Amino acid sequence: MNSIILQLAAKYLRWLFIIFAVLALIRGHNDPGGGFIGGLLAGLAIVYRGLAYDTFQVKERMQNIPEWFIAGGLFTILLSFAPSLILGNTIMTGVWLKIPLPLIGELKLGSPFLFDIGVFFTVIGVTVMFVFSLTQKR
Amino acid sequence: MQYILIIFLIASFGIFFLPNGLKKQKALILSAVQLAAFTYFAIRIPEVTSAETKFLMVEWIPALGLNIEFVLDGLSMVFALLITGIGALIFLYAKAYMKSYPGTDKFFMYLMLFSAAMLGLVLSANLVLMFIFWELTSFLSYFLISFFHEKESARKAAFQSLYITGFGGLAMLAGILLLGSIVGSYSIYDWMDGAETIRQSSLYLPGLLLILVGVFSKSAQFPFHFWLPGAMQAPAPVSSYLHSATMVKAGIFLLARLSPVLGGTNEWIYIISLIGVLTMLIGSYFAITQTDLKGILAYTTINALGVLVLLLGIDTKESIKAAMLFLFIHAFYKATLFMVAGLIEKKTGTRELSKLGGLIKYMPFTFIIALLALLSMAGLPPLLGFLGKELIYEAKVQSPGIASLVLVLGVTSNVFMVAVSLFFARKVFLGKSATYEKKPNEKGMAFLIGPGILALLSLVLGLFPGDLGTAVIKPALSVVSDEVVDVKLKIWHGFNQVFFLSLFTIVAGVTLFWAMLKRKKLLEIWRKINSVVFSVELDEVFAWVMDKFVKISQLKTKAVQHGYHRYYILTIIVFTSLLLWFQVFVIRSWEFGISFTLKPFYISGLAVIILAAALTSSFSRSRIVTIISMGVAGYGISLIFMYYSAIDLAITQILVETLTVVMFMVILQKLPRFAVLSSKRTRLRDFFIALSFGAVMTILALKAVNVNLSPTISDYFVENSYSKAFGENVVNVILVDFRALDTLGEVTVLTIAATGVFLLLKTKTKKL
Repeated sequence: MNSIILQLAAKYLRWLFIIFAVLALIRGHNDPGGGFIGGLLAGLAIVYRGLAYDTFQVKERMQNIPEWFIAGGLFTILLSFAPSLILGNTIMTGVWLKIPLPLIGELKLGSPFLFDIGVFFTVIGVTVMFVFSLTQKR
Repeated sequence: MQYILIIFLIASFGIFFLPNGLKKQKALILSAVQLAAFTYFAIRIPEVTSAETKFLMVEWIPALGLNIEFVLDGLSMVFALLITGIGALIFLYAKAYMKSYPGTDKFFMYLMLFSAAMLGLVLSANLVLMFIFWELTSFLSYFLISFFHEKESARKAAFQSLYITGFGGLAMLAGILLLGSIVGSYSIYDWMDGAETIRQSSLYLPGLLLILVGVFSKSAQFPFHFWLPGAMQAPAPVSSYLHSATMVKAGIFLLARLSPVLGGTNEWIYIISLIGVLTMLIGSYFAITQTDLKGILAYTTINALGVLVLLLGIDTKESIKAAMLFLFIHAFYKATLFMVAGLIEKKTGTRELSKLGGLIKYMPFTFIIALLALLSMAGLPPLLGFLGKELIYEAKVQSPGIASLVLVLGVTSNVFMVAVSLFFARKVFLGKSATYEKKPNEKGMAFLIGPGILALLSLVLGLFPGDLGTAVIKPALSVVSDEVVDVKLKIWHGFNQVFFLSLFTIVAGVTLFWAMLKRKKLLEIWRKINSVVFSVELDEVFAWVMDKFVKISQLKTKAVQHGYHRYYILTIIVFTSLLLWFQVFVIRSWEFGISFTLKPFYISGLAVIILAAALTSSFSRSRIVTIISMGVAGYGISLIFMYYSAIDLAITQILVETLTVVMFMVILQKLPRFAVLSSKRTRLRDFFIALSFGAVMTILALKAVNVNLSPTISDYFVENSYSKAFGENVVNVILVDFRALDTLGEVTVLTIAATGVFLLLKTKTKKL
């Protein structure tokens, strides 16, 4: 399969996918979406590109990207436990920071959001690792 | 006190980091550390005598009743002095002995770690903590026995001792937990306070028996005694230190520690003294027919351990006094003899009795040292051993219940001991000189300092035993028994029953020795009788059992871990569906909460499409069709989610479905052509299994509607999602906040799966 239309589409749609993925992650707390869905979307973006070019061969230095994503994601999850521990609460208690912003209103940042970001990256890493492992030549 | 353990730990690992110049002297440095610790303990003797116990407690895992508790009382003092004192001499000796072997850094590390673990064992006042040190000594003993690991016999012996002492240790842990559950604590002090309760509990006997298995396996009591002769594969310093002076005494220590708690009952007295008396007899009986120097010493050690166990089992003031004294006596003479045996092996190249003789010409000092130790072992005056034997006879005479049996067997075994000691001295040092490859010598002061000091102690303390009794043994006694007894040791007790028993023992022993020497046939006949009567060797039985155990494990593994993925899945599914069917039949309720209200036609149509897709995928003969129809079913399900306004679920389902189809497509190119490989029967079988599993899952899903967990947790989530977790999307709030732990688990599982896929596909396949 070597379709120029698909390749061209992939070139631009890929970024659309990723933008949507990030959107899904951010709005996740109040509207449909979230880290898991966002992660799957972003993972699909990478898979899409690979499908279009009929190759999943990546440059040597990109080989370990999935591992880094997984490790980074899990580490972020760990990091999201820190605030509750520092405040002396039970682990995984949500800690929220309210930042008043002009125009938009109030921005709420919480440790569950950090947790969600961790899930986001882990899912990306896992998806990409599945596809990479399945497709690359040994 | 606890700092000594830390110093020992640092010292044992520190030898790796010594500069090269100092490295040669590492044994000396460790010996100095041991000596310093010995001095420390010795200085504190007066404090212990005044019955003031030094105590340290750090909470470790308080929820499990596991605290780091150390105590330095009379009993710990006795053992701590032995461990550090003999340790200092052993390291000195090992410096000379280990000179020609490679890997001595490791050796000294193990040995030092061992003495730290042993010290920890005797100092801990919490029984679980003590168990941990107990197992550590077993492990380190394993490493030390297998130090010459090129030899198969050494590896085998090391394993044997590890299995037996490790198994015993586990039994002991079970016993400790059982008895600990009665008083709700593992601290020895709480046990002492609740001693009455423990003794009257119905758990007392099982707990006692389990602990005794641990004690008997560690202290080489019948029927576990056979590992000790095997352990003689270890280098001489190890045999001397672990397998005669310290580690095998751990069981004795525990008996003495627990005697105020568990002792005094009929079970205690009869079980322990019977096993002790048996072991004592077996040890001395088999010592006579041994041909290997270290073999003789191993069996005499078994004899001594039997004596100690017996004395603690008799459980009278007298017997415990005798036990405490004998602990020192035995450590002094046996450590000496092991070191001498190692020296002889080093200098002559053999340990066989038949190849030795006339060594007095070449090694006069060694002879004097060995003679003193042997006389102490035989229990002849004026050595310390004589004092011990007198006390032991006295204890046996006064033992309650089984005095006559104990006394007869005790005298018999002592007769053997006298004969063995004399025979040892005669065969090795006197008589015609055997032919040696090179002339033996006794160069190397380090070889002689250790045994020399110990042998001298046997003599000097035998002549002037006063301080040993009042300063060291009396405080130890006060820990073991409630009454305070005066310990006055003296050689001459007057003409009494004990004196005549001693006299008889010596005369009979010398006669036996004479017979063994003059009538050469006697020993041969003796050996022949043994080989007929005791044709079943316990260590062979043990090896057989272990062998069969491994074989059965292999069979089981082959049956269960066959390596066929399809059968693993088959097993899981069949088992799960059987369990579920069983539960369904137990409940026998066929009510389902289905309301047959008419759904819009598109939903019914969707259901038909999903069903059709599922059927197509199972019966299709083309892979692409199968995959696509599975995708159709998946998308259909996500539409149903959508209909019930579970948006998040629907989105996730669509994404996962897409990804799955894509991945299948990618793999598809790499697969061989579709072929029907399984027979009709297999397919029929799989069909029924799949059908039964699907049916039971359907029933489960339908039943789940009926199950009403009250109060419904989802209401809580809906109510508190915004007010407490500031999120309007309840699904997401559940995922990242309310049930974040679940999500963490799921993400971890995903990671593990990805790692598995990665490893499966990325590693080059190797033919096994």
